[in-house]
Amino acid sequence: MSEPVDVRFGRPLSDPPLRPDEKLDVEALLKDLEHYRPRRKGWTWRTPVPGQRMYEFTYHETSEPLTRFVPLPAAHYFDNIDPQPDCVITTEIASGRPEDDVRRMRMAAWHGADHIMVIRTAGQSHMDGLLEGTPEGVGGIAITRKQLRFTRRALDLIEDEVGRPIDFHSYVSGVAGPEMAVLFAEEGVNGAHQDPQYNVLYRNINMYRSFVDAAEAKHVMAAAGMLQIDGAHNANATAVKAWKVMPELLVQHAINCAYSQAAGIPKQRIALSTVPPDAAPAPCMRMDLPYALALRDLFGDYKMRAQQNTRYMESDGRDATVSHVMNLMISRLTSADIQSTITPDEGRNVPWHYNNVAAVDTAKQALVGMDGLREMVRVDRESAELKARVRELKERAVLFLEAMLRDGGYFSAVEQAYFVDSGEYPETHDDGIARKSDGGVAAGTVVERADDYMAPVCHHFGENHLPQGYRGAEFGEASPCDLIGKCTLCDDAKVPYIDELDPVDNAAVRLAETAELRHKGLIKPEVEWAGDGVVAVTMFLPAGEAVAEAAALELGRAMNLTDREVIHKRVMHPAEGTLIELKGRLDVAIDPTTLTIPLPPETLSDEEIRDFVHAHQVRCVAATVGNDEHSVGMREIIDIKHGGLEKWGFSVTYLGTSVPVEKVLDAAIEHAASVVLISTIITHAEVHREMMEKLSSLAEEKGVRDKLLLISGGTQVTDELARAWGMDAGFGRKAKGVDVASFIVKEMRRRGL
Amino acid sequence: MVRPDTFHEVREHLADLTDAELEARFWDLSHKVVEPLVELARTHTSPSIERSVLMRMGIASPVGVAVVSECEKRGLLGHGAGHVVLVCMQAWGVDAPTAAARLAAGDGWDVPESTWGGQR
Repeated sequence: MSEPVDVRFGRPLSDPPLRPDEKLDVEALLKDLEHYRPRRKGWTWRTPVPGQRMYEFTYHETSEPLTRFVPLPAAHYFDNIDPQPDCVITTEIASGRPEDDVRRMRMAAWHGADHIMVIRTAGQSHMDGLLEGTPEGVGGIAITRKQLRFTRRALDLIEDEVGRPIDFHSYVSGVAGPEMAVLFAEEGVNGAHQDPQYNVLYRNINMYRSFVDAAEAKHVMAAAGMLQIDGAHNANATAVKAWKVMPELLVQHAINCAYSQAAGIPKQRIALSTVPPDAAPAPCMRMDLPYALALRDLFGDYKMRAQQNTRYMESDGRDATVSHVMNLMISRLTSADIQSTITPDEGRNVPWHYNNVAAVDTAKQALVGMDGLREMVRVDRESAELKARVRELKERAVLFLEAMLRDGGYFSAVEQAYFVDSGEYPETHDDGIARKSDGGVAAGTVVERADDYMAPVCHHFGENHLPQGYRGAEFGEASPCDLIGKCTLCDDAKVPYIDELDPVDNAAVRLAETAELRHKGLIKPEVEWAGDGVVAVTMFLPAGEAVAEAAALELGRAMNLTDREVIHKRVMHPAEGTLIELKGRLDVAIDPTTLTIPLPPETLSDEEIRDFVHAHQVRCVAATVGNDEHSVGMREIIDIKHGGLEKWGFSVTYLGTSVPVEKVLDAAIEHAASVVLISTIITHAEVHREMMEKLSSLAEEKGVRDKLLLISGGTQVTDELARAWGMDAGFGRKAKGVDVASFIVKEMRRRGL
Repeated sequence: MVRPDTFHEVREHLADLTDAELEARFWDLSHKVVEPLVELARTHTSPSIERSVLMRMGIASPVGVAVVSECEKRGLLGHGAGHVVLVCMQAWGVDAPTAAARLAAGDGWDVPESTWGGQR
């Protein structure tokens, strides 16, 4: 049994805890799922820690830290802290295979994602019923009971590993919404998208069916404490001109909010999926901020799930990232309860593992970087343009609602193509999405409830003619499900389980194909699925776009890549050149036992170093040599405040920058130093090599070479190069004072100095 | 219908509302829009709703699909598929999954037929 980590998680797990140095055992997690039950239900928010102290900083908008994490790249300058923003961070995962999804989830969780959303396979929203087993999906996963159990079981382990609850999320939309809702409630799914308007507009599911189903689905979601997210952001992603749909977005949010409340979901469990609609080169922040404020004014009682823009995403990951950072700034200037992320590669393919991580890092970096900013930089609500625009958006939304009611209500408004029109209401271009009330998928399937209609279960919405004595607690009577000896929402033991229905299309068969890689620990590149072999190559080609693309494909062939495809190109200049990103498949697996892997040098304890330095009174001279004015790297190795040599009592004489090597050596002799430290940058002219060789030969000439430790350092210096050029050691970018100190002590001992 | 931006002409009646009044109007209208939708949902059901009821009765999904589809054919859905299964449970003295499995196999439909026969 693993230890109970925290009351937030629920009961301890029966699976052994994960070890950070071991991969997830997906095969084991797929076994015995008939006995797996989720340990908690309902949504969990992060726990804010106001005024949190970390390293030398105070944070104003962060939450409880993780116990295991991968911090931001620069964190090693800041004692490796990884402050976690106050809002939940979402990552959307869509590999199509549950056995690969969970590995990506683990990586994303270490980077700070705690809301894991699984995208559904194409077509599942039109399936009138549930799928079972683990069939492979396209552009998303087949949501099934087995897939949910397997994923939730892995997430239980992952959340224990990182020390923060993870919310699991998918979609309660499509023709089987109520069944999905019950399935999610039974299997401990913590949140879901539910918005009947999404079905109607984007999935062409019959409007009566969508709304009748939605009330039941929402009612069940409410009972399970799930958080609901709406689907309004799709209007933004679909509209011809996204900046024109703002009034309609307000209306769509309101319809789903009002309908959800009527179905029993409390306001604090209703989240609006909101996207800053625009992107540069539009002056997007000035266009989107009034909208963000109008939305938050109108929906102040609800939760904000801030999504990132997809409407104007192209294949350029840099471009997408900048747009997303501007979106994050709007989140920080206004508010976000959940910050959702879009992977920077979504404009070109189904997201890859590392792009999920990149998107989570972008959110974490931007949110932490802007921590507390709104205490200093506040939106000027009295600015004439802002004030007028906020008011205008609200008025346009009210006009939209008035007209809908005048024109016969919601259903007839949809028939009249009110929604996703490219005009800003009341302007219309007659290019909205029109649906017929008697048309669409599952038209004609809604049935009026008879006078004796009855459903002998709990959490059922609407008319239910239960026998006297079984109308539930609100009548002081027995539960409806006492009629059948309890329902699955009251007695978990009644939940049935189906393993696989398809003997070929399932996770076990797919895993058998990659079993050798896993069992022998072979290393094969992947972006989506274990062993997919996909790699991406970035190249600059000195040619125009068309030629560069064709040339890149040929170069890919020369690299032995199959299934070559140019996934991004960007003209640097029409004649001078083009940047190309090429993907392809490399069918090579490496056996790590055949590799020579340099071992990291072992460092000594502080006490051992200090004792030696004290006993031997070790003196050093240090300098930046050549024509180099950099001193940062050297100061980090020397200074006590950076954990440098002075910390252990080394006496260090720092001679400055651009010092000739002759002078360095003279100073070493004069100070009776045992150690000479030189810092040098690597140049094309090989100045670094010249400096090292000169220092070594001068020391020999003066007869002091065997009494001195000659050490060089610099961002691109390696130990191997430095030794080849006459040094005793070389230290590169990652070196710390303790590495240098440990080397000095060990080397002096070895030489008996 | 194509219509130019008439915002400035049609907003007159909103011009004098305070922000709070405008926001209250927004919500009042929104609740009015959903009222008939909620009423429709309250008084109607669907195959998915009925299958979700059977799921809560502990019935596995393929069995639920078969029972609901037969209820649709026989015009019994408006009484509730769970109601149909309940009537059979009581008649046969079995639990819900057992009764549903029997119905899914095409047996025992005489019981609901005798309860609701002629009502379709």
